[in-house]
Amino acid sequence: MKNAIPILTVLLALVVIWYLAAIGMNSAWVRDQAARAGTELTTTELVKQTLTLERPVLPAPHQVAAGLWDGVAGQKITSKRSLVWHGWVTLSATLTGFAIGSLAGILLAVGIVHSRTMDQSVMPWAVASQTVPILAIAPMVIVVFASAGITGLLPKAIIAAWLSFFPVLVGMVKGLRTPDAMQLDQMKSWSASGGQVFWRLRLPSSMPYLFASLKVGIAAALVGTIVGELPAGASAGLGARLLSGSYYGQTVQIWAALFAAAALAAVLVVAIGRIEGVTLRRMGLVR
Amino acid sequence: MMNAVIAANAVSLTFQTADGPVHALKDVDLTVGQGDFVSFIGPSGCGKTTFLRTIAALEMPTAGELMVNGMTPDEARKARAYGYVFQAPGLYPWRTIAGNISLPLEIMGFSKPDRAKRVDRVLELVDLEGFGGRFPWQLSGGMQQRASIARALAFDADILLMDEPFGALDEIVRDRLNEALLELWRKTGKTIGFVTHSIPEAVYLSTRIVVMSPRPGRITRVIDSTLPAERPLDIRDSPEFIRLAHEVREALREGHGDDA
Repeated sequence: MKNAIPILTVLLALVVIWYLAAIGMNSAWVRDQAARAGTELTTTELVKQTLTLERPVLPAPHQVAAGLWDGVAGQKITSKRSLVWHGWVTLSATLTGFAIGSLAGILLAVGIVHSRTMDQSVMPWAVASQTVPILAIAPMVIVVFASAGITGLLPKAIIAAWLSFFPVLVGMVKGLRTPDAMQLDQMKSWSASGGQVFWRLRLPSSMPYLFASLKVGIAAALVGTIVGELPAGASAGLGARLLSGSYYGQTVQIWAALFAAAALAAVLVVAIGRIEGVTLRRMGLVR
Repeated sequence: MMNAVIAANAVSLTFQTADGPVHALKDVDLTVGQGDFVSFIGPSGCGKTTFLRTIAALEMPTAGELMVNGMTPDEARKARAYGYVFQAPGLYPWRTIAGNISLPLEIMGFSKPDRAKRVDRVLELVDLEGFGGRFPWQLSGGMQQRASIARALAFDADILLMDEPFGALDEIVRDRLNEALLELWRKTGKTIGFVTHSIPEAVYLSTRIVVMSPRPGRITRVIDSTLPAERPLDIRDSPEFIRLAHEVREALREGHGDDA
């Protein structure tokens, strides 16, 4: 409970700031409307109206909460207005992309650790791949796949994989290299083969690094998926929900989708954190 | 001399570094017989660890001839001629003590029932019966090092190479482990190569003490112990022990020259 007090204090402060900002940013529109109608507004009425607009510049927290609640619980989950449905579309592409990306990252790391040539040739390209703005690449990936007749989950998953392989690659290269000279000498003194060193020493030693990078990787995969849902008039997923909200000035819908995405990211990161906790404790790597 | 287990003939090892060649070992001649307990003592940089590592084929001599059990060190390693105990126990935290001892056996392809039998036997040898199911963090530093000795013994190598195995432990634990090591040596009849920088430890344990000195790393004196095979801890107060320790100290001083 002691930990909850500072967290709640910060949350409360944020909500207060948010309400003040909503009143400030929406008041110009409300005053405009009142002037046009030729009516005088009391302060109470002004505040009340700024917090209940249908298309506010900045929706108030309770409006976002209501939008979120309506999107999650107020719709059939098969409905196109359901955030659960859109969330599932995004989640499935995120998980697929994350699986592809992590696997690619791990395999490349294994190659880099075991081959000098790969160490020198792969790393620069991996770094370069991450300096290209994903917003520029994503539409091209979607278009290229669509021209080959592939739409839906896979192109988005590729973009998610693009973003998530890199942290896994970097983390695993570091992790697979953690065994020190003494541990490697020990293995050598038993005439262990490269494969035995890998499976019995390098891979288990790398686990703390793997989990740390998976947490970064899955958040990146979610971002990649949402970015992949923005272009080409996508009709499903949290990204599409964000985009259609901005087309029609539905700010409440945008914010509700944003919070849904944030909650999804939090759930995914926490889930990996749990697996990490159990695994590392079982392996005796944390206590 | 009994048949030679380790035979070094003018062994030299030169590392090429950016600051020019470093002579880690220069013209080292040494014969170690079956069942000897040989300690290597000297200041840091004298090549004692390097020499142990060349015996284990973890380093290659750049000149001279080195035979282990009549084979090259590399062949000897593949023939499981030695178990090596490092300064740190190096136990894997994700394996139990039994799992750790079993690790080299798995790598060498021993069958599962054979592994279990061997683990039990060496655990008893180092007085850790009943600790096989524990994890390394549940054991004290001394017990961990004993487990690592058990691991080195598990595949029945004739030679035990130990590189300052008790260097990180406190004096009291160290005394106990020294006693236990002598007991184990008597019971198993292994040939032991033991690197240390402690004069009392070298004198207490060894049948032969090899004194080394740095720049270039070389053997300056080999002292045969006159102590009896049976050595209780209080033998360290005997005049004979003190005389030997003095002799080792003198030899170290001679070898040190002017760079002390």
